[in-house]
Amino acid sequence: MKNAGIDKAIEILGKLVRFVRKSMIHVISVGPMPDHVAFIMDGNRRFARKHNLSEAAGYRIGLLALISCVKYCSELGVRYATFYAFSIDNFKRRSDEIQPLMDLFLEYIEGLMKEGSIVSRYGIRVYFKGNLKLFSEPVRLAAENAMLATAHNSKLFLIVCLAYTSTDEIVHAVQESCEEKWGGAILLNENEKNEGESFVKVTDIDKNMYMAIAPEPDILIRTSGDTRLSNFLLWQTTCTYLYFPSAFWPEIGFRHLLWAILNFQRHHQYLTKRKKQV
Amino acid sequence: MDLKDEMQRVRLWVNQIGNFWLRLVWHFVHLLVRSWYLGVGVANVIESYLISSGLLRRYRFIDVGKLRYLAIVVESDDACQISKVIQLLQWLQAFGVKHLCLYDTEGVLKKSKESILAKLKNATLFEEADERDPLLDQKHMTLEFASITDGKEAVAKGGNLLFMKYLKLANSGAEQKEQIFTEANLTEALRAVGYGGPEPDLLLVYGPARCHLGFPAWRIRYTEIIHMGPLKSMRYGSLVKAIYKFTMVRQNYGT
Repeated sequence: MKNAGIDKAIEILGKLVRFVRKSMIHVISVGPMPDHVAFIMDGNRRFARKHNLSEAAGYRIGLLALISCVKYCSELGVRYATFYAFSIDNFKRRSDEIQPLMDLFLEYIEGLMKEGSIVSRYGIRVYFKGNLKLFSEPVRLAAENAMLATAHNSKLFLIVCLAYTSTDEIVHAVQESCEEKWGGAILLNENEKNEGESFVKVTDIDKNMYMAIAPEPDILIRTSGDTRLSNFLLWQTTCTYLYFPSAFWPEIGFRHLLWAILNFQRHHQYLTKRKKQV
Repeated sequence: MDLKDEMQRVRLWVNQIGNFWLRLVWHFVHLLVRSWYLGVGVANVIESYLISSGLLRRYRFIDVGKLRYLAIVVESDDACQISKVIQLLQWLQAFGVKHLCLYDTEGVLKKSKESILAKLKNATLFEEADERDPLLDQKHMTLEFASITDGKEAVAKGGNLLFMKYLKLANSGAEQKEQIFTEANLTEALRAVGYGGPEPDLLLVYGPARCHLGFPAWRIRYTEIIHMGPLKSMRYGSLVKAIYKFTMVRQNYGT
């Protein structure tokens, strides 16, 4: 009897929180809204240490925070949400630190494809971007299957960066551009090749970037208070509003997104002007 | 039919009233945000004054040796205020900063290179400086000037150099071709085409928004980025605080 009462109270509180959140979204939607928000999910291990939890538990709670952020982005009408899940630099960690993460990825990716999962409820198309060849075959296959399974969705594009660094992305894009141009270049004679002809242009590199599927991010949020990009989206963030809240990633909430968007709206005119000039 | 039209008109009217109130609330929310930042601005001015006057002990002795290379991003519209830029550089020089890169998107600072160097004592261009020169004293500073063309276009030029190497290996195997496209080789190629500046440890943004405005992507992998506000309201105390915060940072580099 008591439990039913508490459950009812929690349900009503939940509905109230959702109502307040939807009202706030209604209000801020009067101004310009971001199309693409990127997240650096920093602080899972520090959160775990702060609460005397294992690192694996920290990552699991971090995963719940990611799912919440995706839901909020969907409610806010954000079309592209990019998450920095695993950097190439993270391979330097001990194998007993990396393995739980790989297991969590597999579990998460398999969960995405189940009936009633967040992707089917919110019409999310999932992309895994990065140097996926660096992963083991089970993770790579699971990622490819998830991308195929969600290819028909188009309400929100969830881009998870795995085995990703910006510098690796740039080198990969330069390589792809060179391989594209190779066919045309071998038809030229030696003099024509040496005349300083620019075979590879910025537009070629742009279209061969892993992140070419999305426009440049409007907002980039890095949690834990660190104020650096750590080799994430360096090429794409020329006019991106950077926000560095001090909360750890598992502590991220709607209020952080709201504050980021309010600041984005404050600077929107300036950032749009700069974007056109660049 | 009339009733239906009437209902539609009422619905439209209610919508318009609703939108009006929504806009009003939105403006009110932004007014609150602006007031918040006004308050933060006042607090920063007071703190900056306390730091400049040496009243806050922790800012008195800062190990600037940790700051090997500093970059300053200036909003191009503000970069025309050369006197402000020179004052900032003089503060940094007095502080002991040895190597600095000045960046603005449109290259306004590049065009004012000569006048900036003329007004600063003990400063040379980064490309012309020689660390081994015994005449370089403690307060000597090297300056690099960069703009948007040093970013993506530079990478395209470096890419073209790699492409030339790739063409020469036209008949070789895929493995040899793969070895051309590495981060080390692209860094080398950028150096060869004249864009080999070092990675800054710290990037200070003087502009309306926290945004790196296209500073060469290849060079800011692990660079700390601090937003300082518009150039016209720059303060010595805020500069000291930013450098102090940098010296307290500890990076894992992904491990």
